[in-house]
Amino acid sequence: MEVERESLRARQLRARDLLRGDLEGRDLEEYVEERLLTTTLENVLNWGRSNAIFPMTFGLACCAIEQISLVTSRYDIARFGAEAFRATPRQADLLILSGRVSIKMAPVVRRVYDQMLEPRWVMAMGACSSSGGMFANYAVVQGADKFMPVDIHVPGCPPRPEAVLHGLNKLQKLIRGQPDLGWRQRYNAVGTEEWARFEEGKPTKEALERAAAAIRVAKPTAPSPHMPAGEAEDMGDDV
Amino acid sequence: MADEILRDEGDITERGVERVTEDPSAPLVDLTAEIAERELEGPGLEPEQEVLTINVGPHHPATHGVLRLIVTLQGERVIELKPVMGYLHTGIEKSCEDKSYWKVIPFVERMDYLSYFFQMEAFCGCVERLVELEIPPRAQYLRVLHMELDRIMSHLVWLGTTALDIGAISMLWYCFRERDTILDLFEMSAGQRMHTRYFQVGGVFEDIPAGFERKVRDFLALMPSRIDQYEALLDRNEIFLHRTRAVGIVPRERLLELGVTGPLLRAAGEPWDLRKSPGYLSYGDFDFKIPVGTVGDGYDRYRVRLQEMRESLRIIEQVLDGLPEGPWIADDRKYVLPPRDELSTSMEALIHHFKLVTEGYRVPPGELYYPIESPRGELGCFVLADGSSKPARVHFRDPSFVNLQSLRDMSVGGLIADLIQNLGMLDPIIGGVDR
Amino acid sequence: MPDPPGLELIAQGIEEGRQGTVIETSMEHGRATLIVNPDGILHALTWLRDTPEQGYRFLSSLHAADYLPATPRFAVHYELLSRERIERVNVKALLVDPAAGDETNGADPVEKLPELDSCVALYPTADFQEREAYDFFGIVFRGHPDLRRIAMPEDYVGWPQRRDFPIGGEPVLFTHNEIEAPRWFE
Repeated sequence: MEVERESLRARQLRARDLLRGDLEGRDLEEYVEERLLTTTLENVLNWGRSNAIFPMTFGLACCAIEQISLVTSRYDIARFGAEAFRATPRQADLLILSGRVSIKMAPVVRRVYDQMLEPRWVMAMGACSSSGGMFANYAVVQGADKFMPVDIHVPGCPPRPEAVLHGLNKLQKLIRGQPDLGWRQRYNAVGTEEWARFEEGKPTKEALERAAAAIRVAKPTAPSPHMPAGEAEDMGDDV
Repeated sequence: MADEILRDEGDITERGVERVTEDPSAPLVDLTAEIAERELEGPGLEPEQEVLTINVGPHHPATHGVLRLIVTLQGERVIELKPVMGYLHTGIEKSCEDKSYWKVIPFVERMDYLSYFFQMEAFCGCVERLVELEIPPRAQYLRVLHMELDRIMSHLVWLGTTALDIGAISMLWYCFRERDTILDLFEMSAGQRMHTRYFQVGGVFEDIPAGFERKVRDFLALMPSRIDQYEALLDRNEIFLHRTRAVGIVPRERLLELGVTGPLLRAAGEPWDLRKSPGYLSYGDFDFKIPVGTVGDGYDRYRVRLQEMRESLRIIEQVLDGLPEGPWIADDRKYVLPPRDELSTSMEALIHHFKLVTEGYRVPPGELYYPIESPRGELGCFVLADGSSKPARVHFRDPSFVNLQSLRDMSVGGLIADLIQNLGMLDPIIGGVDR
Repeated sequence: MPDPPGLELIAQGIEEGRQGTVIETSMEHGRATLIVNPDGILHALTWLRDTPEQGYRFLSSLHAADYLPATPRFAVHYELLSRERIERVNVKALLVDPAAGDETNGADPVEKLPELDSCVALYPTADFQEREAYDFFGIVFRGHPDLRRIAMPEDYVGWPQRRDFPIGGEPVLFTHNEIEAPRWFE
């Protein structure tokens, strides 16, 4: 939406009129609308929450060291307002679960999570807390979502601090109510999450095949920079 | 709550009475008479004589990882301490039995997650000795280079986090600034900042790239002045001295009985370092000293580690000056992947590659224990091979695990604030403790 | 490492004190190993520590290994170090699994565990390490002041690092085995 820019002189005259109290009615309303940002209280709160996250120090293993280097000067997390790491769950918003969750530690994590006050978010940093990582054995819980709701997963072993910051940015967008759908948006593939919708609660091969056939990946709306010009039209539905 | 813990852990205070009376190295404050004459449970206790059992951890900002300490306090004095471990137990040793030798290397790296090169060296060195494979001199030098860089990095993290615990908060930022420089070097040579999987059985995975040597020399030029800065901040800092001097002293004989090695032992005056005695890889080619303390308190441990950083810089410089040309990994195709350009010309190379990648190399039956000097002490790797392509048992003698036994001796009789500081100076990495 | 003659002398010295202690000596990859009878382990360790010429006063590592299917099944390794001479010797105590050949198939409520004398009195460093061997293999050390689990939760059942204990974990779901786990996404 393009705002038409009046000439500087015209704007100055209108400002003078406002100050004198000469603007009335429709003119006044337009003037105010152009300059004020109106929003709902919820949006303001969410904007505030997203920009002032208090993470909790919950470093478990190797990812904890990368988490500490997030705080330090090179990968400054203070740019995003999240440098106040709180040790007590009562004061923290975000539980950055960095490291492998062993079966002995899982109840402790859950207890700490329960002690956090709403609104709270959980970031599963690293492969081990997202899905058990490389440790598929008796001692590691295969992913923190087995016992705790997780808002955002950051893959890596350990993830680079930049990756964690990227995850933090996505979380901030999520908090503001504009979740970043990423590839689903780019490829117009929304609705693929539970694509195997089964009838009668039992998966059958036919049901899966039908669900797969129902998905259409839309053609990219803008020509991809990787495709030479003229070949974009050739990408059919069998992509 | 205190009653529950007393009951669950088997009445700590009772045991506390026994240990205090028959322990040969008596604590600094002798509470035996006082404890014996009072009843320790019941409402007839006066407030200042009450004994409080608190739970430190496993989630606590000051513990270096998830270590739980059950501490019995009288006022602020620690009278008994029990560490509870296992909150980070990952079953790495068991997982290793399921993977071919090559795949064990990334698992084994992640035990003591600050000294990953050392763990790789312990395992690869053990397997190399089992298959009697010689590694070329360039590979030995490169291994030493990366290990010493890792030692500096580990001591930097130790310094940053321990100073943070003690209260010198800005040290964290300074130390991690240098740590990021070292991680850039690791990224340059191995591709990843942490857990690089750089050492392989037979040598190192890849040669160092062009420009690496120059970057390391830049780092060597930069680092001494930075260490001077750390010393300027902490060495004569009155608060730091008050907190670390004469705190956490354990006599040298007791440390040896407890199996403590590494900077803790050297701070108590014992010049024991596996790099010198007996030496391994090519450490014999380099001229470096072992810093040794006198008393073994927190301040000595700090000084020993700082000085070790300086000695590691000297070693790195000598490595770079004397880096020999040649292959960076052994030539034995039974254990080492052939270079990729040969795969398109030689059928044998293709077959070797196939066998190594799919099945892995087989190690003849045998067992061996190979110890090296990690930043925390003696890191030993025990590999039991049964002739197949997967190890039958991999066990690591982790220094943090054994050193943790000395925490009780260090802290009992002291204040709880000193307990936190002792834990920092002990430098435990719970990934190694629990494995 | 003591050279082979030195190792034989050590074996003889231990045998003099208590017959039948040393079963075998071996020298492999530069490592000297004394295989001892579990009943005589304390005698062997005391001899190695206290004899003036030996003086192996530092216990580097105490760990256990499971040699299934070989018998005797368990072995506890003691890595001893003499810091004055920079020599290491390994003492290996072989333990038979008492539950092997159990016809009742575990019907006996008391589990039969291999036992060994604890050397905490000789080497206090063995405290945590023996607890670890107990935790992972079920080897009971007689005389240990506080033998309980160290890494697994206190109420865990099973001895994880035994060879017949399953490695656990979950199967990784790929598209080919998705259909076997109905409604896995919930």
